[in-house]
Amino acid sequence: MAALAAAAAQAVEPLPEDRRRLTLVIENLECAGCVPKIERALQGLPGLLEGRVNLTTRRLRLVWAGRETGLPILLEAVLAEGYRLAPFQAGRAEESEAEARSFLLRCLAVAGFAAGNVMLLSVSVWSGVWGDMGVATRDLLHWVSALIALPAVAYAGQPFFGSAAAALTAGRLNMDVPISLAIVLAAAMSLFETMRSGQEAYFDAAVTLLFFLLIGRLLDRTMRGRVRSAAENLLSLKVDTALVAKPCGGRERRAASALRPGDRILVVAGERLPADGRVVEGKASLDVSAMTGESRPQSVGPNAKVHAGNLSLDGSLLIEVTASGERTLLAEVLRLVETAEQGRARYVRLADRVARIYAPAVHLLALGTFALGIGLGASWQVALMNAVAVLIVTCPCALGLAVPAVQVAAVGRLLRGGILVKSGDALERLAEIDHVVFDKTGTLTLGRPQLLNAESVDPADLQTAASLAAMSRHPLAAALVQAAGPVALPQAEVTEHPGAGLIAQTPEGALRLGSAVHVGATGLETPDESQLWLRYPGGRPVCFRFRDSLRPDARAAIEWLREQGLSLEILSGDIPATVQEAAKSLGIGQWRGAVDPTQKTARLKSLSRTGRRVAMAGDGLNDAPALASAHVSLSPAAASEASQVAADLLIQGDLLSPVPEAIAVARRARRLVLQNFVIAIGYNAIAVPLAMVGEITPLLAAVFMSCSSLAVTANALRAAAGGRAKAPLPAAPQQPNLVA
Amino acid sequence: MSALLYLIPIALLLGGAGLAAFLWALRSGQFEDLEGARYRILEDDEGQGSRRD
Repeated sequence: MAALAAAAAQAVEPLPEDRRRLTLVIENLECAGCVPKIERALQGLPGLLEGRVNLTTRRLRLVWAGRETGLPILLEAVLAEGYRLAPFQAGRAEESEAEARSFLLRCLAVAGFAAGNVMLLSVSVWSGVWGDMGVATRDLLHWVSALIALPAVAYAGQPFFGSAAAALTAGRLNMDVPISLAIVLAAAMSLFETMRSGQEAYFDAAVTLLFFLLIGRLLDRTMRGRVRSAAENLLSLKVDTALVAKPCGGRERRAASALRPGDRILVVAGERLPADGRVVEGKASLDVSAMTGESRPQSVGPNAKVHAGNLSLDGSLLIEVTASGERTLLAEVLRLVETAEQGRARYVRLADRVARIYAPAVHLLALGTFALGIGLGASWQVALMNAVAVLIVTCPCALGLAVPAVQVAAVGRLLRGGILVKSGDALERLAEIDHVVFDKTGTLTLGRPQLLNAESVDPADLQTAASLAAMSRHPLAAALVQAAGPVALPQAEVTEHPGAGLIAQTPEGALRLGSAVHVGATGLETPDESQLWLRYPGGRPVCFRFRDSLRPDARAAIEWLREQGLSLEILSGDIPATVQEAAKSLGIGQWRGAVDPTQKTARLKSLSRTGRRVAMAGDGLNDAPALASAHVSLSPAAASEASQVAADLLIQGDLLSPVPEAIAVARRARRLVLQNFVIAIGYNAIAVPLAMVGEITPLLAAVFMSCSSLAVTANALRAAAGGRAKAPLPAAPQQPNLVA
Repeated sequence: MSALLYLIPIALLLGGAGLAAFLWALRSGQFEDLEGARYRILEDDEGQGSRRD
């Protein structure tokens, strides 16, 4: 609570009239029923002006009058209902992103209004062709269409005009250039035709084009916004604060980023270190797996050097900060990530690659039509008209929908399966891979130790040991408790000795649980293995052996990947012996242990130089640079913050099968995108020749364009349907596969 | 054909009303939580928590 209040206080935004606003992420907002529960808990609190839960973003927004109530009262009310909260760290992009989305919606509304009304008038004109509509009536209808369409195009076309102008000034062509050109030319030519009381006006084509394209644009943005907000929520749950021991005696909570060298900080069992430093007082076992991948805890005592990101397992430490912020090892890793990511920014999305060919081809075609018209002796007006008609019918309306519609469907489907895709092109890149590199600890394995010899030890011993272990937060102790099932709490008083073990004072003497040294079993322990020892007063020591186990479905997932023709590899920072064992158990031939972050990155770079497209799956801080330099990267949602930032896809839950599932969906999505391109190009193959010889009427253009857009959208929806896209069903094994 | 003289304005007016209603809904934040809105409609007591600044 104190930590939350301290972190939340920094995220409060002041509003005018002494009001304050705070956005919180609700970690365990499971169902719709939670929404009224939370809002009712807040209702009637003095000074609260707004307390509203947003189920889409899973956030709670509070606005209150600063002088009437305090933040802790509000937080307490929600916490009392059993919800876990974290202050939302709004990115700078947040505000402008919401603004951009609402602008797109406004454009869509205007285009929709115009399209409906202009189409109404156009249908009258088209039916008039076969009836007895007079020239004056037709002109009137054209003029009314112009009055609606021209302002609508000017307003709703802005998203495309802006992007096209930016591309042209940079000397490039993107899909928005032919789009803008087609819309502007269609509107201008129709106005010209209307003024000289001509027969054919394309106002309806211009605005319906705009309407369809805006739908595609909005889908694209909505998908990205939804995924990004989910990713930001995950990051907000990981705010680091530090408990600073002030020289004068008091203690204070401070954000990790506000630490200075020389500060003394307290780290209790179960906390991550917020900065690099030197131990002043205390002893503890540190879990360094996030930094090195090494799964065995390290014991540290006074004067030991410790790093940000390490987790204290059992003891409290007083640490003098030696480096914070930019100079920590953590920041060093983040810099590596940044450099690696610059390489990936060169990736060109599929739609843009198509645009590079498509845009010049369309422009040449229009020019050719004009030249052909003149050459065949038509007047320049007719030739120009045909050229414009070519531009209108080739406007990549279906292409603009082809990619976003598939991606929205695919990403939405993955999101329901607990897979977050952080960018649209991540799916495209995932579909191209031919090699997968895994980290071991925390990726192939659960990253938590499991009891290995539950069958061979006496159940009574296990019960006794577990009742002691229940008093500790050490991961081995937790694994012991989990393996023993329900246990009775110890009768005697239990004391914990950090870095060593537990002692219970029984009437017969001291009952000990802990390291081999702690129970006096020195020499009996095996190296390279995590062990806990139990010794009754005067009895023989009993050994409990632990190993980190593979994720329950790891074998099935790996098997599926191999069947898909992907080559697999393990790169781990852990000691080679355990890596070898995991590799053998999974049947992965290529593996390396004791690899540091720089070597991992180097390996990925050399792979990509030989033309391989590599997917990297990893979780630790030591994996982050490698994740960023891979063609595409995946990371469990429980991973370190640096890895989450670097990874393209985040996977929630304890299973490995989302990896093959994501690959299957990505490949399917790519197939659908390519099919959509074929549909769109097929439509062009029919429409363009007609347009070139001047046979396209506004009616035909409208029918063609709507049909191809609908066909493309309907095809895209198949990405969301069809259950699991041939990914393996996760086998639910009774017994976890225990290795390494 | 003189019917057009009042039918066209009526059509435009109706369309314009729809557009205005949509823009109003957008401005008053009704598109902010599309997930939650479909459950909120089932809630009987519309408390003060639902107000927007």
